[in-house]
Amino acid sequence: MRRLETRWGILMALPAILGFLIFTIGPMAASAFFSLTDWRIGAAPVYVGLGNYTAMAGDELFWKSLTTTTYYTLGSVPLVLIVSFAVAVLLNQRVRGLSVWRTIFYLPTLVPAIANVVLWIWIFNPDFGLLNSLLRQGGLPTSQWIYAESTAVPSLIIMSTWAFGNTMVIFLAGLQGVPRHLYEAVSIDGGGPLRRFWHVTLPMMTPTIFYNLVVGVVGTFQVFNQAYVMTEGGPNHATLFYVYYLFRKAFNESEMGYASALAWTLFMIIMVVTFLLFRNARRWVYYEMAGAR
Amino acid sequence: MTRGPRRLLLYLALLAGAVPTLLPFVWLVRSALMRDAQMFVAPPEWIPSPFQWSNFSEALTTQPFGRYFVNTLVIAVVSVLGTVLTCSVAAFSFSRLRWRGRDVVFALLLTGVMLPYAVTLIPTFVMWQRLGALDTIAPLTVPSWFAGAGGGVFNVFLLRQFFLTIPFELDEAAYIDGASPWRVFWTVVMPLSRPAIIVVTIFAFIGTWNDFLGPLLYLQSEENYTLSLGLASFQSIYLTQWGYLMAASAAVIAPIIALFFLLQRYFIEGVTLTGIKN
Repeated sequence: MRRLETRWGILMALPAILGFLIFTIGPMAASAFFSLTDWRIGAAPVYVGLGNYTAMAGDELFWKSLTTTTYYTLGSVPLVLIVSFAVAVLLNQRVRGLSVWRTIFYLPTLVPAIANVVLWIWIFNPDFGLLNSLLRQGGLPTSQWIYAESTAVPSLIIMSTWAFGNTMVIFLAGLQGVPRHLYEAVSIDGGGPLRRFWHVTLPMMTPTIFYNLVVGVVGTFQVFNQAYVMTEGGPNHATLFYVYYLFRKAFNESEMGYASALAWTLFMIIMVVTFLLFRNARRWVYYEMAGAR
Repeated sequence: MTRGPRRLLLYLALLAGAVPTLLPFVWLVRSALMRDAQMFVAPPEWIPSPFQWSNFSEALTTQPFGRYFVNTLVIAVVSVLGTVLTCSVAAFSFSRLRWRGRDVVFALLLTGVMLPYAVTLIPTFVMWQRLGALDTIAPLTVPSWFAGAGGGVFNVFLLRQFFLTIPFELDEAAYIDGASPWRVFWTVVMPLSRPAIIVVTIFAFIGTWNDFLGPLLYLQSEENYTLSLGLASFQSIYLTQWGYLMAASAAVIAPIIALFFLLQRYFIEGVTLTGIKN
């Protein structure tokens, strides 16, 4: 039985193990090697050591793409967290028609990425788009949105906030897991809703906030579609996001070696940021059953 | 504040959030049904008059969206089948069969979840190119038959969590009756895991249905385009034909929204499940 179990166990895990080797480990090693070469598709790779990495240090567009992406992350992640947390807290107040409200707030999440992008190009249209039409009607100043250098990234941040549904549902599940007796304890001590929120809800929700924070940061660092379809990185490189720059280097300019170096740098940046987030988490994330697992 | 006004304030706040959430949808539908002449007036009009239903028929026939739909469906079905089958087989092995090194292997596989897709993008592309598989569905579907590969390992994790809640006595009873591990997997564990399987199915389906970068990289001839790719190329041709663009977008969005209303319960359950993992 024991040997049979081992044989079946390995056999059944085999697709997953092979997939990991073929589609994760193999390509990762290959991309590490490519990043040390000067390589265009069709020609043979030429070893250049750390040449690509030193070239990056002097590449203005690399720095531009890094700051642009960081700007986007710093704007989008907190905004999405705050909006989705606020809505989740409201929905957790025993509202009537909960499933209807939840559906409304979840709908934008379902819109396929490209349809989303096409829709928002029209919403941002400076002449007849939704936003400027409303602003004009309200007698407010209009904006060039994605068509001006200074407003392009903020516009995309607003757009990213629209689809906060997944984050909200996760918050909602977290809120429903906060033990009732904690709220009652605060009430007995004469604490009002604000106190309950500050001393029970917020601390109990820190693990969920932390999870959404990490997922949000890793996700926004890899933003691509908006730059590819909406702005082509413009105007004047204002929306030159990192993965879009990488994509252009690899598939438009055929600089596979340099693009691989960009990819590995992104990987390292994400690793470091996640590590820092986890290290910092010990200070503010509350785990009730720290030793349970 | 007393109870009544506070409830009122609560619903007002929810409404204040719901209006901007729904407004883009209203804008989408009204633009999809409007004639250009009515679209370009200020202040904006909200009710199309007349309803320009021909926007849909014209937008959807100027490019073969029917064909794109079928292409997308084929890719989605083949990858979902692969993902569900190989992920649950692996999850069974990692949760209910004991073999040496099992937990180490599983922990290793899990690191794939954190990996940014950009790192593997270029070598994977080069590999498919060398294999002569560009412009076929192979690069978009084959990885699914290896437990989703990369980020798909998350599905193995979800299924494994679920499998662990099923009593082990059931397996033991079946083994005593002389069943093989495959039989236990197929006739004992799988039938009891329907909710988890549905969740994985839904998310794998949406993932492939909405994928843009994959088809963009691997599909070149127009006859092989997916809906996402078709819509992007449509957008670059009919830049200013907003009626057509919105009709085409609405047509791409509609199936997913319909699916959501059919399977609402599982959607929310699924997101919740993914969030609780930590």
